[in-house]
Amino acid sequence: MSVKQLVVISGKGGTGKTSLVACFSQLADSVVIADCDVDASNLHLILHPSIVRREEFYSGFKAEIDPEKCQKCGLCKQVCRFEAVLEKLDANGLPQEYTIDPVTCDGCGVCAEFCPSQAITMLEQRAGEWYISETRAGILVHAQLGIGEENSGKLVSMVRKTAQELAEEKKKELILIDGPPGIGCPVIASLTGCDYALAVAEPSLSGIHDLKRVSELCQHFSIPLGVVINKYDLNLKISQEIQDYVQKIGAELLARLPYHPSFSRAMVEGKSLIEYESNSVGEEIKKIWEKIEINLKSKV
Amino acid sequence: MKIAVASGKGGTGKTLVATSLALALERAVLVDCDVEEPNAQLLVNPEWKETKAVELLYPEVDLAKCTFCRECQRVCRFGAIVVLLDKVMTFYELCHSCGGCALVCPMKAIKEVKKKVGEIRAGKRDGIVLYEGRLDIGQPMPSPVIKEVKRKASREQIPIILDAPPGSSCPVIHTLKGADFALLVTEPTPFGLNDLKLAVGVARQLGILCGIIINRVGIGDDRVHNYCREQGLEILLEIPEDRKIAEGYSRGLTLSEVYPEYKERFLEVYQKIVQKVERNVSQAVSGN
Amino acid sequence: MKIAITAKGKDLSSPVDERFGRAEFFVIYDTESGEFQAIDNTQNLQAMQGAGVQSAQKIIELGVEVLLTGHCGPKAYQVLTAGGVKIGVGARGTVQEAIDAYLKGELKPSSAPDVNSHW
Repeated sequence: MSVKQLVVISGKGGTGKTSLVACFSQLADSVVIADCDVDASNLHLILHPSIVRREEFYSGFKAEIDPEKCQKCGLCKQVCRFEAVLEKLDANGLPQEYTIDPVTCDGCGVCAEFCPSQAITMLEQRAGEWYISETRAGILVHAQLGIGEENSGKLVSMVRKTAQELAEEKKKELILIDGPPGIGCPVIASLTGCDYALAVAEPSLSGIHDLKRVSELCQHFSIPLGVVINKYDLNLKISQEIQDYVQKIGAELLARLPYHPSFSRAMVEGKSLIEYESNSVGEEIKKIWEKIEINLKSKV
Repeated sequence: MKIAVASGKGGTGKTLVATSLALALERAVLVDCDVEEPNAQLLVNPEWKETKAVELLYPEVDLAKCTFCRECQRVCRFGAIVVLLDKVMTFYELCHSCGGCALVCPMKAIKEVKKKVGEIRAGKRDGIVLYEGRLDIGQPMPSPVIKEVKRKASREQIPIILDAPPGSSCPVIHTLKGADFALLVTEPTPFGLNDLKLAVGVARQLGILCGIIINRVGIGDDRVHNYCREQGLEILLEIPEDRKIAEGYSRGLTLSEVYPEYKERFLEVYQKIVQKVERNVSQAVSGN
Repeated sequence: MKIAITAKGKDLSSPVDERFGRAEFFVIYDTESGEFQAIDNTQNLQAMQGAGVQSAQKIIELGVEVLLTGHCGPKAYQVLTAGGVKIGVGARGTVQEAIDAYLKGELKPSSAPDVNSHW
């Protein structure tokens, strides 16, 4: 039987995605966990991984101008679409120096291609790190993107590919993916090829707005969707609107969880919600997990 | 004065703070740079005035002129153009719109055509102007839309408040670039602290002054307070955990619409920011 | 017709290489003549990205009609399809076993890539 893949997303940040993933990882029997929120990963704060393997992630390029070779012709500035060439003029208003702004440089290499003096080199960027770790819930593949880096989608793909290889090697049945917020490249990279997506929504105007966008994204990629409404009692009217919307699009409402201070308290103690004592939320989360398992099994 | 409101972690209250600050100032420009999930409009409720598409240029190959020399493929660093025996494939979702392929083609067989990736809307509510960037669903790259919404907003003279996306990567950098101050919103939990450190890293990398707002004080512990003290970061405002605020936010209410005293508190925050920025500028001028 | 199989070695008894873009070799088998040749693909092992597309281009240039491999990502899939190549994923065992499975109809051409973009 092939490995199944479940991704947990939200559209809006802060709805409780990672808290739920931590619980699911402990409830799943045979799992490889992939933290694809490579920008601001949090799962490690609950799972406390021991890193077994650490790899550097290289992606993208930045241009660098050699001042010795530069003829100050300014062609690079003309061809650059990203406003990354900085021109310094001397007292007479003539070009004195050209440098690249590494923050805006896209790494496209057009300046290097056309520089008549071959004065520009494209340098490969170390954009982050990724790790394979052991945790009390199973193997965790995670990463940290360097500050200000782009190409987070590529790093997500690296995490997913590694998780797939590990799942096949160790004969695990499920890859559980903690997705990033939003709908952009890293979310797309987390979603594609998954068997089921769980969206964690909150009942606020922003929450329903963002849920709709991320649901459309799932439809775009033909991924079956389930929804959990977290903190539903904060706004019953919008909770109902979300339920109506979920029904309208043919997705499944898996549960409504009430607002619970345990979400933060368990996190503060470094525990998952099902480990944190005396809370009914843990029981409700187990029921959500059972429903998800049924959905995954029914997918051939 | 340009103030960016960022956080690292999603869901800490960035948009709530950005909109509350703008409304307290009464005359301000609010720029929603969270183009993947733009929510400021839900709290500001502006009267929309105009909408404009954000378009990027993508290559289109004229096969009649193409000699299949593969120069375009060689130049492209993103794998977005692939030359086969009798046709040329383009992968728009990978294209960065750098124009390299069109420039390098020896037969001038590549034209660049516009394709929509998102849109910018502008609206008003009393003295607040809201510029919103919105990425089309399925489009992978938010940065071009962020740059465009900032460009449109930059023509304004009154204080500009930028609502940043969550995270610490490229879209956040593009939002923060050029700001005078970064107001970082966090929550007093391990997730909040972890992501705050990333956000502080971004601000420092860009050389932007920052100050902290701690939201939902009471749900966690004091690790964020300790971190701020160690790092010399001033906590400009603390907002307690309060169900009324959460419920109000869910209905689209800003802080001062739930508790009117927040208007004054945000004006104080603004004054402190202005002082810090002015002091920083005068220090730089005097060579400190 | 020419069938290409991704392989870890240079002949029909070599094991199938599951990856397409970074396969070590392509064994090209001609069903009419029964002859085969091995093409070295090792330079793509180190490629940062675009390995799938490079390999796809090579396969198309060689006049291959069917590709048998373990997995194929979406970009390589698109390029191969545009070049008129049918793709069979899930090939296993040796090169000879994969060819036999295909000719017997046990390994059918797929209609979609079976893995998402990866590096």
